[in-house]
Amino acid sequence: MDFATLASQFFIGLSRGMIFFIVSAGLTLIFGVLRITNFAHGALYMLGAFIAYSVSTLVGQGPYGFWLALLVAPVTVMLVSLVIERGLLRFIYNRDHLIQMLLTYSLVLIAGDLVKILWGTEFKSMDIPAVLRGSFNLWGASLPWYNAFLLIVGPVVALGLWLFLSKTHLGKICRATATDREMVDVLGINSTRVFAMVFALGGWLAGLGGALIAPTTSISMGMDASIVIYAFLIVVIGGLGNVWGALISSIIMGVGEALGILFIPGIAIIIPYIIAGVLLIVRPTGLLKSAW
Amino acid sequence: MSANNLKSMKSPKKLSTYLGWAFAVAGVLILLVAPTILTQYYVYLLATVFTTALLASSLNLVLGNGGLLHLHHGVFFGVGAYTVAIVMTKTSWPFAVAILLAPMVASLIALVIGWFCVRLRGLYFGMLTLALGQLVWAIVYRWNALTNGDNGIHAIPVPESLSSINSVYYTTLLVLIISLIILYMITKSPFGITLLATRDNPVRSESIGINVKSHRLIAFVIAGFFAGIAGVLFVLVERSVAPSLLFWNKSAEILIMCLMGGLTVFMGPTLGAGILVLLSMIVGLYTEYWLLVLGLLLLILVLFLPQGILGYLMESYDKRRSMRGEN
Repeated sequence: MDFATLASQFFIGLSRGMIFFIVSAGLTLIFGVLRITNFAHGALYMLGAFIAYSVSTLVGQGPYGFWLALLVAPVTVMLVSLVIERGLLRFIYNRDHLIQMLLTYSLVLIAGDLVKILWGTEFKSMDIPAVLRGSFNLWGASLPWYNAFLLIVGPVVALGLWLFLSKTHLGKICRATATDREMVDVLGINSTRVFAMVFALGGWLAGLGGALIAPTTSISMGMDASIVIYAFLIVVIGGLGNVWGALISSIIMGVGEALGILFIPGIAIIIPYIIAGVLLIVRPTGLLKSAW
Repeated sequence: MSANNLKSMKSPKKLSTYLGWAFAVAGVLILLVAPTILTQYYVYLLATVFTTALLASSLNLVLGNGGLLHLHHGVFFGVGAYTVAIVMTKTSWPFAVAILLAPMVASLIALVIGWFCVRLRGLYFGMLTLALGQLVWAIVYRWNALTNGDNGIHAIPVPESLSSINSVYYTTLLVLIISLIILYMITKSPFGITLLATRDNPVRSESIGINVKSHRLIAFVIAGFFAGIAGVLFVLVERSVAPSLLFWNKSAEILIMCLMGGLTVFMGPTLGAGILVLLSMIVGLYTEYWLLVLGLLLLILVLFLPQGILGYLMESYDKRRSMRGEN
């Protein structure tokens, strides 16, 4: 095992952590503000990937296909989320976790078959844009440009979320709602609008994650099932509703998984679950302070 | 809902109890003669219903009676089924050892997972069951030497006496009835009542000296034990196992069954299991989009009938009775 292999695997893990972060940041915001366990988050991510594929195919996989997809897919998923929130979720805000969970799970089932009807069952693939193809050398390690791109997008999204949550009026209301919802209601703030907006933002992030992962993987049915479990675990071990906790645990998960593939390739699949299990046992309420 | 439940426990001699028993006896009688009139396929289907009903009822001890968000019960079912499969294909031990070992291994795994989970509350409990359950799935999925990986294990040998579908049918029915009676007795025992108390008010239960964690752990292990038995039945019916048995969407299906029948009624999960298994067969005849149908069904259930079918019937029955009582 030389340093270069280790470094490049670490780098790949880090960029995978960025995808995890983008997806789970949306989930954790929804957790914190709406207090909803959104199983459909993975389905939204899958939808983002499929829409990205369709958009880029529509413009002929050309140089602009990817960038257009990156713009259109998250926004479309955001609109879908808005419909879900206004049409369904707002009726169950006061119910048990189990009921809320199963409502979002019903969306998982419906979305799965709708994707099958709309896009068929065969695997889809999408080109990496020309600018981001190939790889570069860093201290003797060969690193793909696309992963470097993800490493830029991740912090940009994190920065954007930070600016939104701490500098804007709406963001402050979000944080206040996550901390003490009753107080926010008492102050006469229209929390319904906040809920709808946060769910739409979460959907946008899920769609963005899906669009970003699309060029690097085979886009297929069932890509929602594994990501949603990872995202849940990340959100919980980061502290429910805590975006920065989600960032930290995403990186732990991404890097842990990548190093697992390097050192114990046969059983690398169990690494994220072990990490999550151990962290939950050591720190039952998450790494950072939970919003709940 | 829960207060209602407790009240009904204190007055066992009401009409609905007798009615329930009458239904149960009539149901069992019908099921006993069913194989003589039904085709083999339907006999097989009913055996699947019995297996699933036991699985769902075992989950409900934790979910409905314990009030714990147990999201990955399918794991214990899968572990039970895999134990039988591995013992029968990789060792020369007799079948009796396999069926005894299966629920024991399942409850041992439940003890380990539960031991960690009962320290957490609410959603965190649920997430840890999910994480540790998926860990077991990943191990089964990857441990090629023992579990045959993602191919699963097929053509599992079973004794000659259990080779016909009718004998499998009667075995699963018998095991289901015995298990349900035991589970029912557990829910009505002092332990079961205490479990309800820990669900309804854990803080108060703790302060009057109930060890909430150990009660929850015991319920978790009992549920794992019966899920293991259901796993044995599954092998009898299917003769094969695959890692998808332990994936989380299987567990979600069991949750839906419990919700559909009603979490607060003992026979709720059994009814839910029956409806879902039969419905998936019927819908499967017409369309490949069973999951879409299930999703829409679940959506309707969650929005309009969150107390479940039996839960709703019991509620309206109780309401009518109390109105009559007041007049």
